[in-house]
Amino acid sequence: MRKKAKLILEDGLEVTGKSFGALHNTNGEVVFNTGMVGYPETMTDPSYRGQILVCTYPLIGNYGIPAEVNENELSNYFESDAIHIRGLIVSEYSEEYSHWSGDISLEEWMKQKNIPGITGVDTRMLTRKLRENGTMKGKIVIEDDNSKIDFEDPNAKDLVGEVSPKEVKYYNKGPKKVILVDCGSKNNIVRAFLNRDITVIRVPYDFDFTTLDGNGILISNGPGDPKMCTKTIEHTRKAMQLNKPILGICLGSQILALAAGANTYKLKYGHRGLNQPCNETGTKRCYITSQNHGYAIDSLTLPEDWREWFVNDNDGTNEGIIHISKPFFGAQFHPEASPGPDDSEFIFDMFVRALQEGK
Amino acid sequence: MIKKGKPKKVLILGSGALQIGQAGEFDYSGSQAIKALKEDGISTVLINPNIATIQTSENFADKVYFLPIKVEYVEQIIIKEKPDSILLQFGGQTALNIGVELFDKQILNKYDIKVLGTSVETIKDTEDRLLFSDRVNEVGLKIAHSKTAHNVDEALKVAAEINYPVMVRIAYALGGLGSGIVNNEEELREKASRAFSFTNQILIEESLYGWKEVEYEIVRDKYDNCITICSMENLDPMGIHTGDSIVVAPVQTLSARENFKLRSVGIKLIRHLGIIGECNIQYALNPANGDYRIIEVNARLSRSSALASKATGYPLAFIATKLALGYALNEIENIITKETSACFEPALDYIALKFPRWDLQKFRKVSTVLGSEMKSVGEVMSLGRNFEEVLQKAIRMLDIGMIGLTGNKIDFTDLEKEIQVPTDRRIFAIAKAFECGYSVEKVHELSKITPWFLYKIKHIIETQKQINKESIKDTEFLLAVKKNGFSDKQIALFTSSTETEIRELRKKNKVLPVVKQIDTMAAEFPAKTNYLYFTYHGEENDVQIGDKNQVVVLGSGAYRIGSSVEFDWCCVNAVLSLNKMNYNTIMINCNPETVSTDYDICDKLYFEELTMERVQDICDFENPDGVIVSMGGQVPNNLAMKLHNAGIKIFGTSPLQIDNAENRHKFSNILDGLEIDQPVWKELTSLDEAKKFSNKVSYPVLIRPSYVLSGAAMSIVLSEDELEEYLKKATDLNKEHPVVISKFITDAREIEVDAVAENGSLFCYAISEHVENAGVHSGDATIVLPPQRTYLETMRRVKMITKEIAAALEITGPFNMQFIAKDNEVKVIECNLRASRSFPFVSKTLKINFIDIATRLMMGERVTKIDKSSFDLDYVGVKASQFSFTRLKGSDPVLGVEMSSTGEVACLGDDFNEAFLKSCISTGFKVPKKGVMLSTGTTLHKAEFIEELKMLNKMGLTFYGTKGTADFYKKMADINVEVLWRPFDNKEPSILTYLSEGKIDLVINIPKTAEKTELDSDYIIRRKAVDMNVPLITNIQFAKRFVKALSQGNKPPIKSWDEYQ
Ligand SMILES: Nc1ncnc2c1ncn2[C@@H]1O[C@H](COP(=O)(O)OP(=O)(O)O)[C@@H](O)[C@H]1O
Ligand SMILES: Nc1ncnc2c1ncn2[C@@H]1O[C@H](COP(=O)(O)OP(=O)(O)O)[C@@H](O)[C@H]1O
Ligand SMILES: [Mg+2]
Ligand SMILES: [Mg+2]
Repeated sequence: MRKKAKLILEDGLEVTGKSFGALHNTNGEVVFNTGMVGYPETMTDPSYRGQILVCTYPLIGNYGIPAEVNENELSNYFESDAIHIRGLIVSEYSEEYSHWSGDISLEEWMKQKNIPGITGVDTRMLTRKLRENGTMKGKIVIEDDNSKIDFEDPNAKDLVGEVSPKEVKYYNKGPKKVILVDCGSKNNIVRAFLNRDITVIRVPYDFDFTTLDGNGILISNGPGDPKMCTKTIEHTRKAMQLNKPILGICLGSQILALAAGANTYKLKYGHRGLNQPCNETGTKRCYITSQNHGYAIDSLTLPEDWREWFVNDNDGTNEGIIHISKPFFGAQFHPEASPGPDDSEFIFDMFVRALQEGK
Repeated sequence: MIKKGKPKKVLILGSGALQIGQAGEFDYSGSQAIKALKEDGISTVLINPNIATIQTSENFADKVYFLPIKVEYVEQIIIKEKPDSILLQFGGQTALNIGVELFDKQILNKYDIKVLGTSVETIKDTEDRLLFSDRVNEVGLKIAHSKTAHNVDEALKVAAEINYPVMVRIAYALGGLGSGIVNNEEELREKASRAFSFTNQILIEESLYGWKEVEYEIVRDKYDNCITICSMENLDPMGIHTGDSIVVAPVQTLSARENFKLRSVGIKLIRHLGIIGECNIQYALNPANGDYRIIEVNARLSRSSALASKATGYPLAFIATKLALGYALNEIENIITKETSACFEPALDYIALKFPRWDLQKFRKVSTVLGSEMKSVGEVMSLGRNFEEVLQKAIRMLDIGMIGLTGNKIDFTDLEKEIQVPTDRRIFAIAKAFECGYSVEKVHELSKITPWFLYKIKHIIETQKQINKESIKDTEFLLAVKKNGFSDKQIALFTSSTETEIRELRKKNKVLPVVKQIDTMAAEFPAKTNYLYFTYHGEENDVQIGDKNQVVVLGSGAYRIGSSVEFDWCCVNAVLSLNKMNYNTIMINCNPETVSTDYDICDKLYFEELTMERVQDICDFENPDGVIVSMGGQVPNNLAMKLHNAGIKIFGTSPLQIDNAENRHKFSNILDGLEIDQPVWKELTSLDEAKKFSNKVSYPVLIRPSYVLSGAAMSIVLSEDELEEYLKKATDLNKEHPVVISKFITDAREIEVDAVAENGSLFCYAISEHVENAGVHSGDATIVLPPQRTYLETMRRVKMITKEIAAALEITGPFNMQFIAKDNEVKVIECNLRASRSFPFVSKTLKINFIDIATRLMMGERVTKIDKSSFDLDYVGVKASQFSFTRLKGSDPVLGVEMSSTGEVACLGDDFNEAFLKSCISTGFKVPKKGVMLSTGTTLHKAEFIEELKMLNKMGLTFYGTKGTADFYKKMADINVEVLWRPFDNKEPSILTYLSEGKIDLVINIPKTAEKTELDSDYIIRRKAVDMNVPLITNIQFAKRFVKALSQGNKPPIKSWDEYQ
């Protein structure tokens, strides 16, 4: 018999369901994701650090969780080595799963990794609420876990510091090298380069990468407010003098913008899903992208040698920036997908071309 | 926006009569296309003989042609209308094939007509299996290993290489026609020879039986933007046609990696093929390792795309039209949100399930085994927030007497076989299996159904086992039960209480469903959608309770034999009229193939069950002024009394009167009271009584069992032995299950009246006559308006009776009556106090919208009388039936008192012969050029047919027949008939050989008696004709009229609907 569990929002709303996964109270920023598949990838995406995730798709856990398999020191099925969400809220957890790659159930996995979840919740109601009031602080309280728990704003903490590696790591492939500034990078960004025969030097977010010799710099995705990453912004500004190709992804794109002198702001409830349409400015092309961000670049503040590259077709917010003369670009969405559509993978090809040309 | 080259006048090809594999979904896509073109100020010309469709209604297309969708007709229309462009993607396989033919015959070229959207070359690449696999290989994608064959020997050779079992496939075929998995040489030989009768190329392919089958709907614009709108997973594995599979959207058991891999594969291929607009791609996915094969691409709107539109709320057909015009995806508005564009992939926060409806029991001798040839005649879609909920909802929506997955009267002799060899009953066999303690592993092994689905089905059974009088008092448990899709009826059954009691209990404990919206983006953005469903998985209603002056119109549910698109036409027209009267309209329906479920038709659309429980839920929530039950056919009609008793207002004729008409005894008394004649009948509960009565009224008699065991329902019985045999095998006869026996009147004509009355006085009516004598179900008969051969005296009598009935039953609204006329006597067969199958036909032929009038009268509006003159026409309308026997292996293609047609067409003409011939051609008849096979029944019939034979003779046709027939016609009329041997004679030259060799292009086979004969050589001949795609006539009146019409021979003028004045 499952224990009762409550999700309590800062505005006082309480929804009750049944607990699954780990049996302890927790707190975080409550956000929703509209993806219909991909819970293993999403839950291990460092960008979700500190967040309680509400799945708008009602049936979760159907295909279980794949076994840990590593390939070039990278977990094959997951986007990092840990679950980063604080808790999972679903309408119906699928008690049984079936899939050839399924190794254990979602619940088993969450127990192992000590992540609580609630099932039996009207997630559509929650989503509408978050849409109207914006993302909120919330906490999960489990029946007869009497440990006290308060609301907490994860964005006030150095989330990137929590998820960024502590030292430099090499993934050797071809002669060309990319420096991956890891603010909470998804494994698939590394894979994207390895598959293109590029050596990856993965460095901590606060590491002064301008001292390393690489042919190009990638500033990764990551959790929280870009303005917290003061060091990374500073190093990026320095790197821009070197005229080496720079690609920013998600948080990385925001950091690039801040380094260039533009401003960022918090979105009401962010973009989290696998179906975000982005228009390439000046063309009739539209790409479906995988997204997960709560902050955005204020394109009006872009310096005049920068251009808006992509715009969100739903709400007109900025989805990418590009420098008019130098090989600097930022994508607010995730060209590496996983989970999600690979429509925008060409951005890696662009970037790699740029760093092949570079000396 | 489009700068240059925007078309001015577009020709749209419809899909013609509904048939298995090609049903109402194309009325939906065609109507959407027309709307999309009109919005761009483009004028439209539509060819579609399916008169019951919305798309052929006034103020849709600018010009409508009720003409055969055949090259010769289309070309003449092109010459007349001079369109600059043509749309081929909205009329199913029919339109696609004709499009290709027009192209190959250089006709499009000759008249300089632009094909909008996907080019014909691309269509060919997708339709020709060989070209297709080349295209797929060019981009390094995977397709089932296969080889084409052009004759039987080649096929055998290829199969040997690939080795058995192999899958046989056919190019340019519909609904998997003729395809299937064969296990050995002779199976292949049989299938191949049959296949080559309608194609010159087949494909032998590795069998992928048991793999997962998944489908994606993909759209692409001319700027190469390409996105996937919906993913769908078949619950039934590869090997069972998607049209016969239970399908869920979105996919449930694929990992993100598999899902997005298939997405990329699809997009890559669609770009390579160069499709512009909408298409459907099917995959097989290996459940053991995620390997895939591409099965096919349908470069057109399809049944799946209709389903996808309704499942996601994304208006695929509308968008596809815009893309064909040259718009970019992100230039088109998202009709749902009005804020975002069409360039996005819907995110669902619910699950949709499609369940097919088969009517196999309507057919004699048909095989009920499901395979790669589609057999279903309709489908329903249910929406909910878990699998258990949508599965049980869907089963109820089917309206096949099942109250859910469990709690039904259904038994199986061999469970394992039922699960292993899929039939229309498999899902219930699986439920039974779990009740009997089978394991998921075992059922999976037998059925190859992905375990995830089986776990859920098992869960329903487990829940059911816990339901009892005590347990349901626990509110939390009761809610859990409802969350798993159990109806109050089911719960009542398991707690031996009543549906009402359970409802009371629920309401007392606040166990109520909530209303959720379909908004295409999982609530991420505010949406103005009015597309709604109920679920028990929720706390909050998405919409505010009850607007003012709302009126509910109940739809017709799943298409089935006897009720299809014509009732949707009635519902939509009722809604449109109500809108005009400024009511807030609520539509309730559950059929994804309909126009009535387009949310731009009504103010609120509830995609929901048409069950008492759900309709009541909706009424409780919305409290409308009342409900209209007379438009959706029998399904809503059956709810009338219950709703009335539940205190819900029914507009129009009182439910009490509906009961008076439906109840044989009451109706009969009313007729007696009015001294109106009817065939003598009696309700009987024992064999002796039955014999006595039948002898008294003398055979033949017509039997209607109230409880049917084997397929045979209504039947004509000729002798006491037959009576005995029938009653023993077909029904168990007792006090609870009586039979109704009526005197069967032979050689009588049948007459039909469709009418509207106001407070018991006849307001307008249309009398039509049948070509076939009584005994051919009115739904199968060929119907003529105005009557050509009925005596004025009879007409007068029919009108009188209709008037008296209208008065007696105080009718307000639509009704339909059937009469039998013999000499000058007129008898009433039945009276339905609702719109009927023929309302669209009479409305469009007379150009008087009976439904609009009926609706306004039911709402108490004054309607100005129609002047008499508009009822006498200078032209004739003929409605002919479409049969799908070819698809139903083994079925006996002969007409009787049970309806068996799947669709209908109607054409107008300056005289009967013209209209009749066009209708026949529209349903697949070809003008015979070679030889006619004659077996013209009884001596009487033979003699009757001499006249017509002479006409055929003049046309230079050869006749074939048995010795008897040959001698008869030689002697009586000196007409030469070549003698052929019958099947059991096993001598050459034989009828079957000549049929196979295509020497015969018309078979006239009149059964000797009205009774459906046992498997004899006549049956074999009929079946062979159907399998070989040779036109077949089994009714003598039809045969005679057909020959007369042929002999006229002059080319009919090409006239659009509005040119008939
Ligand atoms: N190679 C195969 N092995 C097993 N089943 C197959 C194979 N190819 C097709 N099928 C089954 O046959 C059905 C019909 O095939 P399809 O190519 O989709 O024809 P249609 O044009 O009628 O849709 C499919 O839905 C699938 O279930
Ligand atoms: N007494 C009868 N004599 C001859 N034909 C009959 C008689 N009763 C019914 N039929 C034939 O059977 C068909 C079906 O009968 P009907 O009562 O209309 O059944 P349904 O309710 O299915 O329409 C009719 O259309 C008519 O052709
Ligand atoms: Mg198919
Ligand atoms: Mg009838």
